[in-house]
Amino acid sequence: MFADGERAIPAMHKRWAEWASLIALAALLLCPATLPAQDAPGDAPADTMLATRAVAPPFNLTSVDTPNDRGSSITLSWEPSPDEEAGAVISYEIYRSADPDTGFSYAGRVPPGIASYRDSGLDNGVEYYHRVAAAATDTLLFFSPTVGPTIAFPQWFNINRVNVMIGVIIFVTAIVYFVTSAKAGKELFIRRLAGLDELDNAVGRATEMGKPILYITGLSGISDVATIAAINILGEVAKKTAEYNTRLIVPCADPIVMAVEQEVVREAYAEVGRPEAYNEDDVFYLTRSQFAYVAGVNGIMVRQRPATILYMGMFYAESLVLAETGASVGSIQIAGTDAVTQLPFFITSCDYTLIGEELYAASAYLSREPVLLGGLKGQDTIKFIVGVLLIIGFIVATLAATGVIATDFMAPLYVTG
Amino acid sequence: MDGRRAFDRILKIDRRWIFLLVGVAVVLPFFFPLGLPVVVTSPVQSLYDEVDKLPSSSQPLLMSIDYAPATLPELEPMSLAILRHAFENDVNVAVMTLHPAGYGLAERALLQAAEEYGKVYGEDYVFLGFQPGVSAVILSLGVNIRNVFPEDAYGTSLSQIPMMDGVRNFDDIPLAITLAGWSAAEAWIYYAVEPYGQKVAAGVTAVMATDYYPYLGAGQLVGLLGGMRGAAEYEALVDHPDQGARGMDSQSIIHMLIIALIIVGNIAYFVTGRARKTAS
Amino acid sequence: MRRQVPLLLCFVAGVFTAVQYFIPHPVVQDFQERFLAWLMTLLAFAFLLGTVSLIRLHWHKIRNKADDRGYSFVTLVGLLVMIGFGFFHPGHHSPGSPFSTLFQNVQVPIEATMFSLLAFYVASAAFRAFRARTLEATLLLVAATIVMLGRVPLGELIHEQIPIATRWILEVPNMASKRGIMIGVGLGMMATALKIVLGIERAWMGGRD
Repeated sequence: MFADGERAIPAMHKRWAEWASLIALAALLLCPATLPAQDAPGDAPADTMLATRAVAPPFNLTSVDTPNDRGSSITLSWEPSPDEEAGAVISYEIYRSADPDTGFSYAGRVPPGIASYRDSGLDNGVEYYHRVAAAATDTLLFFSPTVGPTIAFPQWFNINRVNVMIGVIIFVTAIVYFVTSAKAGKELFIRRLAGLDELDNAVGRATEMGKPILYITGLSGISDVATIAAINILGEVAKKTAEYNTRLIVPCADPIVMAVEQEVVREAYAEVGRPEAYNEDDVFYLTRSQFAYVAGVNGIMVRQRPATILYMGMFYAESLVLAETGASVGSIQIAGTDAVTQLPFFITSCDYTLIGEELYAASAYLSREPVLLGGLKGQDTIKFIVGVLLIIGFIVATLAATGVIATDFMAPLYVTG
Repeated sequence: MDGRRAFDRILKIDRRWIFLLVGVAVVLPFFFPLGLPVVVTSPVQSLYDEVDKLPSSSQPLLMSIDYAPATLPELEPMSLAILRHAFENDVNVAVMTLHPAGYGLAERALLQAAEEYGKVYGEDYVFLGFQPGVSAVILSLGVNIRNVFPEDAYGTSLSQIPMMDGVRNFDDIPLAITLAGWSAAEAWIYYAVEPYGQKVAAGVTAVMATDYYPYLGAGQLVGLLGGMRGAAEYEALVDHPDQGARGMDSQSIIHMLIIALIIVGNIAYFVTGRARKTAS
Repeated sequence: MRRQVPLLLCFVAGVFTAVQYFIPHPVVQDFQERFLAWLMTLLAFAFLLGTVSLIRLHWHKIRNKADDRGYSFVTLVGLLVMIGFGFFHPGHHSPGSPFSTLFQNVQVPIEATMFSLLAFYVASAAFRAFRARTLEATLLLVAATIVMLGRVPLGELIHEQIPIATRWILEVPNMASKRGIMIGVGLGMMATALKIVLGIERAWMGGRD
């Protein structure tokens, strides 16, 4: 009845075995606990299944010598991998070699979303080949075709800055033309600056009251044009105080500025024939620290009670503290600064204020030197040209934005590289 | 007539009474906090978004902590908030300063934030220190960082600092942030943005913030924090309210006080002004 | 000669710095890098110059028994203490060192407090001087009030339009006027720089010919 080698199994036991197998199989399929956990410790996460599949490499890779640079650099750009949007690409890795087929070494990496890379630190005049890989993982890379050879070399001129160069040439031409005209004797008109007209009265007031004039040139260094302008005005003020025999106190926040101001005041006194009246101790270095300087100057104001206080130069947050203290001791105050932030404080607290570039114009205004006046006229001419360009640019940009014209052809004028 | 005399006396009030009012207005919220919510504005959101998309453990964020002790109350909350954001996202941070007094303050903010997040010096952050010569420093950073900072602030060569490996110049710095109470942000725009195309954001005092809107509008700054309000907004974004948020209560009260003083002063001025005109 | 050499140096340095902006070639840029390194070194020496000037000035006041020589004495003691700790203490200026402790606990609070005085002065100036005398002054005051309200959370609670109005003021009229002033100031700076480079403006040398 049974085949050789088979043990006879009673029919009932066989049926039980069949049922038990079926039940075990059902349990295996239906019970989650018996399935291997998707993220069980030591197992790779289920989404690795997705990441380890191949991703499309980037395409249309191009390499060019980086333009307008000092050389040693090649710029690559490519079309991103189609799988980038699905999040399958973790980075793009750039490789370079001097040989088209072998010897590629790692050059750099960019995150997805960026489709260009500047490979720098190269040798000029050497042929380089590049390829870019879309990285699915740190070790799984899918390379684009190799491009090259490309040679890096330096440029002698930055074409992106042509607009700046043209602007500078026009500017220099205007300044030189008007300075030359002024030197040739041409009369140049300059409008009245109220704050500077009051300077004579302010000095006279101090002389009558027998009190000193306090001149503050701000907290910036000699490299700041506001400080240069302030020093120019100091020269004119020093001449007046020398003439009227009024004490001039100049606390400085910078040692180099102090050295220059001492020289300026000394020469001003000598120019009006009063060199013996110059007191070096009245032009002194206080401190560089902002609020220590404020504390020192406030102390001078409260103790000396100057009749006139002049604030000329670059100021920061200390402007209001200084001006309020000056107002509290009853001084006439004239301010001039190009620090736009501080202008509101000076305007509210001082009797007269020179706004922005009126400070730069002050030295020309006070001295009436033809050369300085010529420079001022040149500046104003350029400002007029800039104003016209702005209006034209605004109109063109508006027309381009509304589709009346195809492109904003004025835009390259304003962009530098 | 009595009313006008009263206003006349108000106009002549000793300024020390006003100082006292200001003192009380600032201190009162310390004991009775208002806890007002801060709404984030777009310049702050822009800066937050730029920091948020920086890659982790890769090219560093360069922070130029350029403020002095005077502007510390407004600017330190900003630096702490940004550092916390960067460290939260595991962004490497390199800190430098262009102001001599900023050295101690930059170090203090950096070490405080690094300790909070358990960051390791040399791997997650580095302190480059101070160098004089604002424009020269920034221009040189665009050529080679090691021309300016061959060593970090503690004398370790940059070549021995792991996180500075491969960081040569602005090409390897995705974002630079300057926090300053002076014109450092303008210097960064003139000498980093324009010549090198470096992405720069700025944190400045409230009074200076209005000056930088043109740069923000032109895209020369990618983000801007203005004063304690800017710091409070950034703290709200990183969900870590600190000094900035606490300061908002006092700032609210003091602004109300100043508005009230302006109104009272003008009313008094006009009332007494009319009286003088009638008398004459 | 005393004036000619500085003028020549100024001209050469100014023209080179302007020209290098347009020439990216390493022949020019390498020189520019060296030039910048020299500049940083010179500026570092300016700190030394400042320290020497400070010591000279205050020592002079103490020696001549000037009225406020007490302040000079405090200044010199503070300077010498910080220099001493910074240079000669083993910890130098590292966190926790005496230098750092003095800086964090003396200089920082003092300077922060001085800056904080601004709040008092602003309030005093607001009461004393912010008057609606003219139409322009009235517009200024209205704008200032809106911005002051809009920059604090309380303003948002008062009316939802206040922050929107604040933003408009900052991003439209403020930005426009600032741009105008900045363009003017920028051109003024360029003109002054040009005059300095060409030797027309000589105030930086101390006086005129």
